[in-house]
Amino acid sequence: MKKNIFYLSILLFFTFIFTIFYIGLDKPNFYKPEEVKNKSLEDFTSTELFSNKQFNSKDIIEKNNFTLINIWSSWCTPCRSEHAILMTLSEKTDLNIIGLNYKDKKNNAVKFLDELGDPFSKNLIDPDGIISISLGAYGVPESFLLNNESRIIRKYIGPLTSDNISEIIKIIQ
Amino acid sequence: MMKLIKFIIFISFFILCFQKLTVANNVSYEVDKISKNLRCLICQGQSVYDSQSDFAISMKLLIKNKIENGETEDQIYNYLKKQYGEWIVYDPEFDKKNLILWGFPLILFIFGGLLIYRKVFIN
Repeated sequence: MKKNIFYLSILLFFTFIFTIFYIGLDKPNFYKPEEVKNKSLEDFTSTELFSNKQFNSKDIIEKNNFTLINIWSSWCTPCRSEHAILMTLSEKTDLNIIGLNYKDKKNNAVKFLDELGDPFSKNLIDPDGIISISLGAYGVPESFLLNNESRIIRKYIGPLTSDNISEIIKIIQ
Repeated sequence: MMKLIKFIIFISFFILCFQKLTVANNVSYEVDKISKNLRCLICQGQSVYDSQSDFAISMKLLIKNKIENGETEDQIYNYLKKQYGEWIVYDPEFDKKNLILWGFPLILFIFGGLLIYRKVFIN
């Protein structure tokens, strides 16, 4: 009788572990930062890519109803595919799109925009990646949709898709 | 006499060397200490200290700037937790979700203690 209980408990123990691991198999173990909605953006000051002038983020963002900050770089391949979508967004709507040029060389960035078009109303630079971290981003590309109080309405990790674009258009209208 | 002068010169250079070292190390020591407790979000499984990804390099720079601005370790952790969520630090806080995780060892400890007590003192 005692032996039976012993074997039964071992069996139960292993089934328990097996179930937990089996459930765990299906779960993706790559963590993405939670979507923090309605969080206000920390303001930052940076240099414009073309004019070399200093701009404060608050001044640019709070003038417009909605602003999209797009973190991009010329060395990032997904940014290249995303760029066409940004171009259509800037042609279709009057959304204020600000580029944040992440850890890039000026020559390469300018060449990239010459080749694929410039959807950005302003292009701020982030040479050592610190601004991106203070925004809560962790890679390129990443986009933030902000309202006129510098609050984050939507955050898109990875390249924007056409679904994202229709969502953005719906929000800003 | 010559020997003594040589010795003094040697000692003073020796001390000078170390002075530089300690000044430079204070900040970078702090940066290392903090970045060892942070999880890199690009190559998960590595700490920010170990990782060479762009994210980790920028993060170390940010920590360095913050320390030079006089922020404390806890302030930096709290700042990053606010930005990226609690996942970024290796040390999980105690809350409802990980009650079992924190409580289970304690329960086992008490249970084990009771077993030993019964074995030793009652039998």
